[in-house]
Amino acid sequence: MHDSTTFRDVADGVGIPTEDLDRPLLPLVAENLAYSVDDRALVDIRSLTLRDGGPTVILGPNGAGKSLLLRLLHGLIEPTKGEVLFGGRPADETIRRRQAMVFQRPVLLRRSVAANVDYALKAHGVARSERRERILDLLAMGGLTDKARQPARTLSGGEQQRLALVRALATEPDVLFLDEPTASLYPGAIKAFEALVRDADRAGTKVVMVTQDIGQARRLADEVIFMYRGKIVEKSAAATFFDAPASDAARQFVAGDLLI
Amino acid sequence: MQDFADSFLLAIGLILSGDAELWAIVLLSLRVSLTAVLVAAVIGMPLGALLAVGRFPGKQTIIVLVNALMGLPPVVVGLMVYLMLSNSGPLGVLQLLYTPTAMIIAQVVLVTPIIAALTRQVIEGLDAEYAEQLRSLGISRLDSVPTLLWDGRYALMTALLAGFGRAIAEVGAVIIVGGNINHVTRVMTTTIALETSKGNLALALALGAILILIAVAVNASVSLLGTTARQSAYA
Repeated sequence: MHDSTTFRDVADGVGIPTEDLDRPLLPLVAENLAYSVDDRALVDIRSLTLRDGGPTVILGPNGAGKSLLLRLLHGLIEPTKGEVLFGGRPADETIRRRQAMVFQRPVLLRRSVAANVDYALKAHGVARSERRERILDLLAMGGLTDKARQPARTLSGGEQQRLALVRALATEPDVLFLDEPTASLYPGAIKAFEALVRDADRAGTKVVMVTQDIGQARRLADEVIFMYRGKIVEKSAAATFFDAPASDAARQFVAGDLLI
Repeated sequence: MQDFADSFLLAIGLILSGDAELWAIVLLSLRVSLTAVLVAAVIGMPLGALLAVGRFPGKQTIIVLVNALMGLPPVVVGLMVYLMLSNSGPLGVLQLLYTPTAMIIAQVVLVTPIIAALTRQVIEGLDAEYAEQLRSLGISRLDSVPTLLWDGRYALMTALLAGFGRAIAEVGAVIIVGGNINHVTRVMTTTIALETSKGNLALALALGAILILIAVAVNASVSLLGTTARQSAYA
């Protein structure tokens, strides 16, 4: 009955063919991806493939290029060389809108908690009639129901980061990038945040998380990518990485030595 | 000294008795300056926001120009608008010289650069904070402008008040293009200038007092806005 290129609700994305919306975003493949400043390669990746599955955690010392790699994958910065393919296709607006990111310092709009979630839903073309219910669900998920009307930036650090996470999840992303989101949180807040990340993972969202916290990597990772000086030194299943890291740098990092 | 004291008492009397002439002048002043600020905001805010988020050749030159225009001498603006609106000028056919509309135009020219420059500063700061997050949410640079304007609303209201302060206190431009015609284009500042030269200090003092009250009210509003913004962490 329908043409192969049907369109969802007008409100559900502006003229985006449904077949594009349904095509898998993974595997995410980057070949010869580099980002350089003044001829100095800050990120230099020969080959990286991220498949559907449990969380991928990117580990490494300060300045290893972890956050830059995440920004390159998410399309926030343009690579100097190479490109990132999603399901075999270069990223376009449709593909970008199926990803979300939470930053180390949450960037909350100067509006109420509920309005922050509403903004993301609206940006993704969710109809007004649906938004109210979705906001309530998402705030309940983040444990923020009783703070709905509070100015977002008056929340505690942990609450702010949970709000940033549920706002990212509001868009029902296929891939969720997390850039050291718990770096400045206390243990209780980290636990609550990690529980939400696990829920997202169980719901089928591919989680790609940068952290310097080995404990957090042990708790969450299904797969570990270890970066050092802009390069991927190791990529292996979490158990393998923690039991028998292959490179010297990773061995020192896992042992808790200071890597410079 | 006795004269001065008498004038002062007379001035208070004028204000308290609700003198029709005095209040007509005050209302005209408010109408002209508020309209000018409104028009300047409609032009200056999007312009300032585009200068903040846009990337185009000549941007830096325009920014320097807008900043320089903030300090435009009102009499020069008055002269330019006069030349445009006079019978032999390009807009002479509109017959706007010596009308409140001419005064509004002059004040728009004075206030727009102030609002545009302050808006650019506010939006540039906010954009530095928001850019990656909005990009991540799939918002384009241009589409981010309304978001940035709304989230900068407290700081932008301060910019509007600064513009209003400039407009209401200004005399040089409106006296040239308005002509200070009684019951038509006579506003607070031009009346003060005229009545002082005529030695009629009572009306001048009364209007001066009202102008100072307005200045205090504007500053109190700026301070209140700042406090409200900080309390909600919206500053």
